[in-house]
Amino acid sequence: MTAPTADAPPPGLRMPGRRGTELALLAGAVLISVCGYIDVGLARQNAVPGDAASYGAGLAALALLGHLAVRFRAPYADPLLLPIAILLNGLGLLLIFRLDLETPADRASPTQLVWSALGVGLFAAVVLLLRDHRTLQRYAYVSVAAGLALMVVPIFFPAVNGAKIWIRVAGFSFQPGEFAKILITVFFAAYLAANRSALAHTGKRMWKLQFPAGRVLGPVVAVWLVSVGVLVLERDLGTSLLFFGVFVVLLYVATGRTGWIAVGLLLAAAGAAAVGVLEPHVHSRVADWLHPFASITAGRGASQLAQSLFAFAAGGLLGTGLGEGHSALIGFAMKSDFILATYGEELGLTGLTALFLLYALLVARGFRAGLALRDPFGRLLAVGLASLLAVQVFVIAGGVMGLIPLTGMAMPFLAQGGSSVVTNWVIVALLVRVSDSARRPLPDTAETGVIAGLGGTRSGASAPPYEEDDLPYGYGYGYGGGGGGDGGSPGGPPDGHAPHGRGAPADHDGVPDDHDDQGSRR
Amino acid sequence: MNRYIRRAGVFCLILLVALLLNAVRVQVFEAERYDDNSANRRGALARYSQPRGDILVDGEPVTGSRDSGGTLRYERTYAEGPLYAPVTGYASQIYGTSLLESAEDDVLSGTDPRLAPFPLWTDISRAQQPGGDVVSTVDAAVQQAAFEGLGGKKGAVAAVQPRTGKILALVSTPSYDPNELSGTERSVADTWNRLNRSGGRPMINRALKQTYPPGSTFKIVTAAAALDHRKVTDLDAATDTPSPYTLPGTSTRLTNEAGDCANASLRHAFEVSCNTVFARLGVDVGLDGMAEAAEKFGFNDADLKVPSTAARSVFDTDMDAAQVALSSIGQYDTTATPLQMAMVAAAVANDGEVRAPYLVDKVTDAHGDTVSATRQKTLHRAMSRGTARHLQEMMTGVVTRGTGTGAAIDGATVGGKTGTAQHGVDNKGTPYAWFVSWAKKDGAADPAVAVAVVVEDAAADRADISGGGSAAPIARAVMRAALR
Repeated sequence: MTAPTADAPPPGLRMPGRRGTELALLAGAVLISVCGYIDVGLARQNAVPGDAASYGAGLAALALLGHLAVRFRAPYADPLLLPIAILLNGLGLLLIFRLDLETPADRASPTQLVWSALGVGLFAAVVLLLRDHRTLQRYAYVSVAAGLALMVVPIFFPAVNGAKIWIRVAGFSFQPGEFAKILITVFFAAYLAANRSALAHTGKRMWKLQFPAGRVLGPVVAVWLVSVGVLVLERDLGTSLLFFGVFVVLLYVATGRTGWIAVGLLLAAAGAAAVGVLEPHVHSRVADWLHPFASITAGRGASQLAQSLFAFAAGGLLGTGLGEGHSALIGFAMKSDFILATYGEELGLTGLTALFLLYALLVARGFRAGLALRDPFGRLLAVGLASLLAVQVFVIAGGVMGLIPLTGMAMPFLAQGGSSVVTNWVIVALLVRVSDSARRPLPDTAETGVIAGLGGTRSGASAPPYEEDDLPYGYGYGYGGGGGGDGGSPGGPPDGHAPHGRGAPADHDGVPDDHDDQGSRR
Repeated sequence: MNRYIRRAGVFCLILLVALLLNAVRVQVFEAERYDDNSANRRGALARYSQPRGDILVDGEPVTGSRDSGGTLRYERTYAEGPLYAPVTGYASQIYGTSLLESAEDDVLSGTDPRLAPFPLWTDISRAQQPGGDVVSTVDAAVQQAAFEGLGGKKGAVAAVQPRTGKILALVSTPSYDPNELSGTERSVADTWNRLNRSGGRPMINRALKQTYPPGSTFKIVTAAAALDHRKVTDLDAATDTPSPYTLPGTSTRLTNEAGDCANASLRHAFEVSCNTVFARLGVDVGLDGMAEAAEKFGFNDADLKVPSTAARSVFDTDMDAAQVALSSIGQYDTTATPLQMAMVAAAVANDGEVRAPYLVDKVTDAHGDTVSATRQKTLHRAMSRGTARHLQEMMTGVVTRGTGTGAAIDGATVGGKTGTAQHGVDNKGTPYAWFVSWAKKDGAADPAVAVAVVVEDAAADRADISGGGSAAPIARAVMRAALR
């Protein structure tokens, strides 16, 4: 898009929906998964697996279902989100099928396929039923209540492998805490969107930090503390780390106060130290992280982490090839928490890099949508969901590869675990929804004129009306002027966000640097 | 807000970059260390995922592989376990490998890069090569004769081909069945513990890895040194040695078991094994000369590999004259492996040249194509050709009219030397009976075999007679087998 003038958008310019691109990418994702499936069969049994066709057909049907939902209800959505999710889920099914060969008595892939189908079904349902993500903002308090309830429920169920995060109903086990991630992220986004200015500009100033009034900060900190408290009780430390990370990121994005990060890190360090000392469970994991081979020296054989490191090392640069590794030596949790080890051993650093790039792309597209959206809730929601994925990948991948202490969590889409797959599909559905809003062209009626006019008055004579990095999206003709605050374009208004936070009366929704909220502020 | 969103985005990017860098660390830089970790079972899994290559004797495999269907899938089998155990060693899932199984492990397990037709491509594709075969130099008949000759006695036999250095037999008794050490069953550990606790120490390869005081068989070395140093020029001249002989610098009187040793000629002293003559000759040659002579035969060499490493045979290089005197008759702290003494006999038969002993003729890939063949080589010239001829005469005399008549074979020239080695506290242990010899078929150009036999629990306790009585018949059987 070559810089159109702000007051006269080219008539008839339509943003391409890119649904055809999405369909082609989906076909590629299904093809890659099926090839991998056949490869496993050839490597292990010297034959194409009998159910390769049905596996491919099933995955293709899921892809098509998702695609149709997007095509009908989110035609402008980012075309990368769904294919990446399908590819990751396809790879996950493939790896679980491959690991099932090591444990013929305990097959997990059929169940995983059912859950994946349920996840894609839920994806379609969210895309079809949730017409506007802002609807969620209204249910912020319902979300948080439901989220906390879901997290508390497992306390009343027996612990499984040391963590009380499961409920078992009719042979199916489910981790309600997984789903609570989304609900609580929705709450964080909604609450912070509504109270941004108050958080940023009211309250006492102490030392170098501007402390918001307790009245404003209270509820969100309370929710966070309760979630983390419950998770610590349930010994689900990975998820508590996840909540913490998302909370700090959103607080930072909402208020722009670097101080929060410092406070957050201090709190995290203190909390981690306390938990590390008090909880023997955590203590042993930290010890294992620092000395992964201590159990070998002590003559007790290799720990799970050591086995995982061996698997990654055996993969080397190019991997042993699908089906040709020995990650089964990891034993317990090889299909869930440690599934990345199989991936790293059989596809090597090359495959692992591709995998991390897929996740990075997914996260980046989430952030992209956040940047492009006009309403603060949507922006925070997109950022929150994207960081949810990013932190989750970091915590689990860093754990099984010895970068950080190990915490039990599921690699999004890849690992065995119904709740996780379903939850991640809902996350992708929400990202599809917000990206659709972000890329949807505004109706070219009077509205455009008004906003274009605003943009025109703002940008003045010299300023380009569009922030450069927003161009690829090319959404919203009236959005242009908003870039001035962040982009530092010469003609834009001075960044009203002063560190001391005085002055700047709540003109728009209270935060001076948010000129880009016009679209929703009507 | 965009600025903060971007920063948050960059933060997430940093997390992923950290993951990638960590992946590079684990999969590239630390990979080798992790691969080599003792607790990493991948090496063992790969190793036992295919049948192991075989060890061949006379062209026939004496080993095999059995599919156990377990995780460590292929188990080693041995056709005649106890007979060839001192050659093959064992290959055990639990206890690893020994002897040839260990020395040629890379070939047998298929990891030797020389087995790959396209090494670089094999590196990339990680294709596993089928195990190659190891063709041993062992002669089944000679090995069998030695094993049967030793029978129930505790002892060892080493036989080499003097001209080439080929090891024709390595036998150690009591032996064990390496079959029982293959696999992962509970019984393997039981067998291992039983074998290790057993008083007969069946898993020691006495022919290669055990040293004994060589006793009078060492007189071959002393005689070679004396002749080469021209301390004796005429085999039949009197040597001007009193009997008993008082060790220099001491009042210890060295006596003889045999008679007629006072002023005996070298030939006579050799044939009836006079201690006094050789002790005095050793003193005459001196420590340096004796050590040099012993080392030229292969003593004090810790690096002898056949390709299994042989134990180091020792001739001390820091002794006073009395100790030199005792060492010159194979006592004090002189020790030798049976293989070393076979090399001594072989050097005499081979006109003074010590050929490097070897147990592996060649190594082939799974198709039988030669991957590498052992090159024969001379280790040292142990003595001059003339000295070797003199020693051949004297050793022949031992068999025709001396202490070793039990080794004589019709139709062949046989040279030998008996020995009885005192050992234990105050020499109270049952002496070791030695017999070292060589044989050459009448009319043949090359000597057929050189043999060293040691019997630990020799029944008779009378000087060299026990060597002649217990060990010589075994040597004779071995030589007969080699002469066929």
